[in-house]
Amino acid sequence: MTDRLLVCDGLAKRFGGVHALDGVSFAIERHAIYGLIGPNGAGKTTLFNLLTGIYTADAGRMQFAGGTIDGLSPDRVCERGIARTFQNIRLFANLSVLENVMIGRHVRTKAGVFGAVFRTRATQDEEARIERRAHELLDYVGLADRANDIARSLPYGEQRRLEIARALATEPHLLALDEPAAGMNSTEKAALGELIKRIRTDGVTVLLIEHDVKLVMGICEHILVLDYGKQIAEGVPEDVRRDRRVIEAYLGTVGDDSIKVAT
Amino acid sequence: MPHVKSQSHHLMRSPVLAWVGIALIAVALIALPFALAQIGTAWVRIANLAILFALLALGLNIVVGFAGLLDLGYIAFFAVGAYCYALLASPHFGLHLPFWLILPIGALVACLFGVLLGAPTLKLRGDYLAIVTLGFGEIVRVFLNNLARPINITNGPQGISRIDPVSIGGIKFNTTGKVFDLAISGPMKYYYLLLIVLIIAIVINIRLQNSRIGRAWEAIREDEIAARAMGINTTQIKLLAFAMGASFGGIAGGIFAAIQQFISPESFVLVESIMVLSMVVLGGMGNIWGVVAGAVLLSFVPEILRYTVLPVQNALFGRAIVEPEVIRMLLFGLALVAVMLYRPAGLFPSAVRRRELAKADARLPA
Amino acid sequence: METFLQQLFNGLTLGAVYAVVALGYTMVYGIIQLINFAHGEVVMIGAMVAFTIITLLANSGLPPVAIVLIGTSCAIPVCMIVGYALERIAYRPLRNAPRLAPLITAIGMSIVLQHVAMMVWSRNNLAFPQIIKTETYDIAGASVTNIQIVIVILCLVLMGGLLWLVHRTRLGISMRATAQNPRVAGLMGVNINREIAITFAIGAALGAVAGVMVGSYYGIAHYQMGALLGLKAFCAAVLGGIGNVPGAMVGGLLLGVIEALGAGYIGDLTDLCAVPWLFAGLAARCAAGEHISLFGSNYQDVFAFLVLIAVLVLRPSGLLGERVGDRA
Repeated sequence: MTDRLLVCDGLAKRFGGVHALDGVSFAIERHAIYGLIGPNGAGKTTLFNLLTGIYTADAGRMQFAGGTIDGLSPDRVCERGIARTFQNIRLFANLSVLENVMIGRHVRTKAGVFGAVFRTRATQDEEARIERRAHELLDYVGLADRANDIARSLPYGEQRRLEIARALATEPHLLALDEPAAGMNSTEKAALGELIKRIRTDGVTVLLIEHDVKLVMGICEHILVLDYGKQIAEGVPEDVRRDRRVIEAYLGTVGDDSIKVAT
Repeated sequence: MPHVKSQSHHLMRSPVLAWVGIALIAVALIALPFALAQIGTAWVRIANLAILFALLALGLNIVVGFAGLLDLGYIAFFAVGAYCYALLASPHFGLHLPFWLILPIGALVACLFGVLLGAPTLKLRGDYLAIVTLGFGEIVRVFLNNLARPINITNGPQGISRIDPVSIGGIKFNTTGKVFDLAISGPMKYYYLLLIVLIIAIVINIRLQNSRIGRAWEAIREDEIAARAMGINTTQIKLLAFAMGASFGGIAGGIFAAIQQFISPESFVLVESIMVLSMVVLGGMGNIWGVVAGAVLLSFVPEILRYTVLPVQNALFGRAIVEPEVIRMLLFGLALVAVMLYRPAGLFPSAVRRRELAKADARLPA
Repeated sequence: METFLQQLFNGLTLGAVYAVVALGYTMVYGIIQLINFAHGEVVMIGAMVAFTIITLLANSGLPPVAIVLIGTSCAIPVCMIVGYALERIAYRPLRNAPRLAPLITAIGMSIVLQHVAMMVWSRNNLAFPQIIKTETYDIAGASVTNIQIVIVILCLVLMGGLLWLVHRTRLGISMRATAQNPRVAGLMGVNINREIAITFAIGAALGAVAGVMVGSYYGIAHYQMGALLGLKAFCAAVLGGIGNVPGAMVGGLLLGVIEALGAGYIGDLTDLCAVPWLFAGLAARCAAGEHISLFGSNYQDVFAFLVLIAVLVLRPSGLLGERVGDRA
């Protein structure tokens, strides 16, 4: 019996006359690592933005963990349990690494103005828990010794990890990563792959946009391929790898029988 | 050890030294009005006004400094607080409620106005919000000026006079009293009252800044889209900043009305909003101590000008060519420009704001 | 009906002035997406300079129209210099800074300009010399002066000229290119700094003309006249769709009419005697022919801001504009 965490049905989004997404349907099973690939401009990030409430879909339905998330604002989506990272890293660049992760705890904590002003017992305990959890998460992604650095001072690869830690702080069921390996060297990519697998093992489902086909093929159980906003293939990596339309989309023409080039 | 901002770290380094320092400052603050009274009671009044402005600046700092929203109509909340006090404690309606009761009412009503203004407008981008708040300030003033007919609520441009002075536990604040043979004048009593309120305000500010709410403000100021994606309801959290800032304004307004015992719409013009904003900007947006310093500095500068510019001009030209008031405004204007160009994080910048406002790594507007 | 027509004509005149000032906001916004907060002060400087020249020449024996033209043509270059200086001092160094920064410097510059003007021209109301003889025409019971007619026509001409400039000249093409994408425009050989400076200067020149219009219409100039006028014109620009040249025109005229009609009718609209069943206690006074209005024409200044808030909340792109409400 499969347990489907996210079901998208017929998603469409237009910008002016351009169909950024056109009738995309797929489902992600709980505890999966699900890959989303496609050439530049295929609509991958648009799909992320629909999913996380930044855009509203023109058509289609999204069911998440048994409830609809259509038309929810980004903060409500996050509350429901979808956390994301951004293709062009969007950290709170001038705050400390620790603070970035602590902000991620916002949605799961509740101290208000009253608690803050009167430093109630409950608030103090909560603050301590927030900070402890933030440290744990930094340790989890391997940034424990960076806690007090300023986010923007981190090297690129560490900023990506910090974004993941911040997203994990919101206790997501689904972690959506938008090109987390961009700009990383192969060692860093390998470590990232391990991290993603560990996140899945710890119970979080992962949706991954990635250009590095090798990475995607290596860790994803299922892959969805988009091209010009249309879904051209969906399935296990082996099938997707041999799909004619996928090869055409990536190489322009049918030449070889498999994708060799990582874009 | 909970997370604390760098400014408190300095104090933590040596607890003994810190306490000695705090004690010294406390003694100095307690002794200050006596010293000022030696020069003239007028200076005690100026000090009171400086504290009042510091209160206002702290309130505006929540909006501008913490949440990063430019509010150009902040003085409207000050006006609301002042009129609340004036209407509930003056012969105008024949009401004479006690000070400690009106102050929270004023804060609440101002807070309500803050929500009223914020709710429809907080989705706007920063510069639009600034203009809308400016418009709101003007609207409030137009109403204060005209709500004398058909029912006389505000008494129009004449303002409301003979407002009750503060009286707590039988101590009247507008008369001279004696403590151990020490004569304490009205303005001096107000000084201590204001000082206590200021300290409470500073504590509230610090606690807010280092809280879950304070972090959420920082987050939306840094990157609103990322903040929303992290589950922060930005509209609600901005509204909270507006409401908090407005309450500070309301409380300051109530005290202002009680001290002055007379208010009119003239006291709540755009220039006052800009003056408070200058204090926040000059002191350093987001830095609590900087903002207080900015308020004190900008409150005393005009007075010092008044006592220096005129005599200097008289000595040089035999008459006053430029009024001190004009010089004051010119200085304000130039200070705003110069600070933003050369020291965008203020004279006493907060660490975070300094990084944000550093021109070199500023991001292009989205 | 006569009141209606009269208020409509007055509103159109006022609106024409707003429109010309709004063009300054809209052009600058169109090219660098910043609100030139100090634009109102530029208009004030224009009125002041024109006032000085016209007063000096009032008894020179020159034909009145020539005097006004000379006054205007002196005001224009002065304002252009002021506009250029604003851009150089307050905006250019902060072009990549957070949005709040240039807004704050602009506020600083407007305080400085106001007080410099006060030092030069005093803090009093200055009576604009009425050298052009006012002729009043009667149209269906409402009166219109020649000055009003000239203001509206001039507004239309300036508007047409600006449209021609933006759409039909090389300069206009570079300006639009810069507005679209400064970086690419720069790569294509457009001198972005120059285009932006020219935009400020043209906006300021329009401001100067608007200053003369206001001065001649109301017969008064004052060092603080620019603040409120500028704000209302900004509201007009937003109403029409900021960044959009015809939008400034439509927004300006519409706002002028809304203000005039609002001021003319708000007394009747909020007359408690019109709803006697609500306020029975007032019946006697109402019966005596008294009007008890909640709000009167002294609330005129509120309308512009209400319109601004309404537009920004309901249709932030304005009537003719494209999207302005960016997410960040």
